[in-house]
Amino acid sequence: MNVVLAKTDTGRAVSTSFAFARERLPGSGKVAEQRRQAFEAFERAGLPHRRIEDWKYTDLRALMREVLPLAASPDTTALSRAEAALKLHAIEGTRRLVLVDGVFAPKLSDLGKGEKGFSVRTLREVLETGDGALQGELLASDNSDPMIALNTAMATDGVVIEIANGTVLEQPLHVVHVASVGTPAAMFTRSLFRLGRDASATLVESFVAAEGTEAYQAYDSLIVSVGDNARLDHLRLVEDGLDAFNIASAAVTLGAHAQLNTFGMVSGASVSRYQPTIVFAGEGARVDTNGVNLIKGRQHADTTMFMDHAVPHCASREVFRAVIDDRAHSVFQGRIVVRPDAQKTDAKMMTRALLLSDEAEADNKPELEIFADDVTCGHGATTGALDESLLFYLRARGLPEREAQALLIQAFVGEAIESIANDSLREHVIAAAQRWLEARA
Amino acid sequence: MALLEVKDLQVRVEDREILHGLSLTVNPGEVHAIMGPNGSGKSTLSHVIAGKPGYEVTGGQILFRGEDLLEMEPDERAAKGVFLAFQYPVEIPGVATMNFLRTALNAQRKARGESEYSTPDFLKKVREVSKSLNIPQDMLKRGVNVGFSGGEKKRNEILQMALFEPSLCILDEMDSGLDIDALRIAADGVNALRSLERAMVVITHYQRLLNYIVPDYVHVMAKGSVVKTGGKELALQLEESGYAQFEDA
Ligand SMILES: Nc1ncnc2c1ncn2[C@@H]1O[C@H](COP(=O)(O)OP(=O)(O)OP(=O)(O)O)[C@@H](O)[C@H]1O
Ligand SMILES: [Mg+2]
Repeated sequence: MNVVLAKTDTGRAVSTSFAFARERLPGSGKVAEQRRQAFEAFERAGLPHRRIEDWKYTDLRALMREVLPLAASPDTTALSRAEAALKLHAIEGTRRLVLVDGVFAPKLSDLGKGEKGFSVRTLREVLETGDGALQGELLASDNSDPMIALNTAMATDGVVIEIANGTVLEQPLHVVHVASVGTPAAMFTRSLFRLGRDASATLVESFVAAEGTEAYQAYDSLIVSVGDNARLDHLRLVEDGLDAFNIASAAVTLGAHAQLNTFGMVSGASVSRYQPTIVFAGEGARVDTNGVNLIKGRQHADTTMFMDHAVPHCASREVFRAVIDDRAHSVFQGRIVVRPDAQKTDAKMMTRALLLSDEAEADNKPELEIFADDVTCGHGATTGALDESLLFYLRARGLPEREAQALLIQAFVGEAIESIANDSLREHVIAAAQRWLEARA
Repeated sequence: MALLEVKDLQVRVEDREILHGLSLTVNPGEVHAIMGPNGSGKSTLSHVIAGKPGYEVTGGQILFRGEDLLEMEPDERAAKGVFLAFQYPVEIPGVATMNFLRTALNAQRKARGESEYSTPDFLKKVREVSKSLNIPQDMLKRGVNVGFSGGEKKRNEILQMALFEPSLCILDEMDSGLDIDALRIAADGVNALRSLERAMVVITHYQRLLNYIVPDYVHVMAKGSVVKTGGKELALQLEESGYAQFEDA
């Protein structure tokens, strides 16, 4: 059956694209073999569609129809347009690492002397000349998810960041994915972030488009490991162009007593899907995750998160907010698994959707699979419009309708933004949310 | 010209008529008190004047300086000088009081074609007003009315009134929930705003408030209309006799 499904026009187009792109993909030998296997897995499954449970709200076959050809390496025009875009999205005080159309751009990146214990290489470098173990780790992803398999097959570049044990990285890292293509194309990136024992760091990822960029598809995959007692603050901002696709995943492993704070905001992209998987591998770790969708028009934004409580005494908090205007569609699928040994797990998940129009849609699918008996787990969800009595109070004090709404929406997303520890990052996100609200007014 | 003219106003809520032909004229400089039993429609009247959705006006009109108030959005009414101090002010978590006050004040000024306040000028003004009303600065840092006591919420309403300097102030039971000292301070705040151009409509159940804010007229409302109008002595009479005589009518 699956084999039949793969024989669609889409399948054939991608197949040709892979054959065509193979020359440009870094790595040979075992790496090339891993890519080939991943591609076969993708070909067998084809683009995920609504009859696959995990993808029932985000039918890529209907929404996307085809995988675009691999983007060309950026030329000088693409790079200079990307440079202009960076001015808009720069965050003061961060070290910037830039990927343009899926290819690392050294001239736009800050490669100055790093702090002690900090190293950055490109994916290309590591796949071409790095050690086999790291190469294996980079491409070892599970091929059962077709979009991750596709990313494994096609990953062109990315950043491989390693932070040594005990290193406290003061300066946040800002990895910026800039799309700057002159013809419709796809870019495939894969990055790795390894934070050593007792280390701490802040990682920001932005997805943006340069002015005048054609329709594009950004496929990204991030592999993160947080060592014992380490702390990672992670921000992810999807501000892609409004006709772009952003299909991404993250695989995070947490050591004992590790701490992960994540904040994600999606305001761009026509269709986006983010699939983080967080695995607790050591006891006593804690994850706080906050997500915000700010979407309008016909945007579709899906976050599908898997929290894997594999060991005892770990805590996770997921709060996912969506502000949905016009005919936009927000999806949150949160799966929590508590494995038989994972006693004293404390896992909570909450989704809150704010519908700004009658045609806005929010889908929410919580799944709790609990195999241990001494745990605290729960989930909750609210969906509704802005509170009429609060709106009236503000309007009775002179605020026009849109401004009154904006103040209440700000308050709603503000609670999530408050979770960002770093002042300048928080200001940056507040400004991004503000821009969204102003564009609405 | 009258500041506010309510003429034969009929209002329905969810298919039930609450106001049955109510009339009231308020001139600049006047203070009117409205008294009346629970459920007689006092808050309904104040909400309809302020433009709260959910009320259907089935007859009559409301003019503000001769203009049709019912045609205006709530924010336009506020910018024109209509202010309602709510009987039950709402809590707005996540919206800092200071930010709210500045946004509201500047929105009103902008609507009137006036320049917006600069931050230092605004801060100075808020500080003056809050000091005179005995409102601590740290209250202004919190979310609007969030965690405020009943009395603090009422004081926050008076603070806004003093800040926005409206020409028609409707005070819906500003005395409920205030202790004796707070009542005097709030009443002083209201009295400080009395002027020849500004009018007040004071809704209350207790004649005590009217010792502090002395009205020119007292209206008795019952079952959705004004059934009697008199001078300030009417309030004292009501204290003696209650509303039974009007309710039977
Ligand atoms: N939203 C509503 N739905 C249904 N009935 C309503 C609504 N609002 C008001 N009413 C009814 O209208 C009548 C008048 O209410 P209103 O609040 O105006 O009275 P009031 O004079 O202010 O009373 P109080 O002195 O208790 O504050 C009451 O019977 C009340 O139940
Ligand atoms: Mg009332």
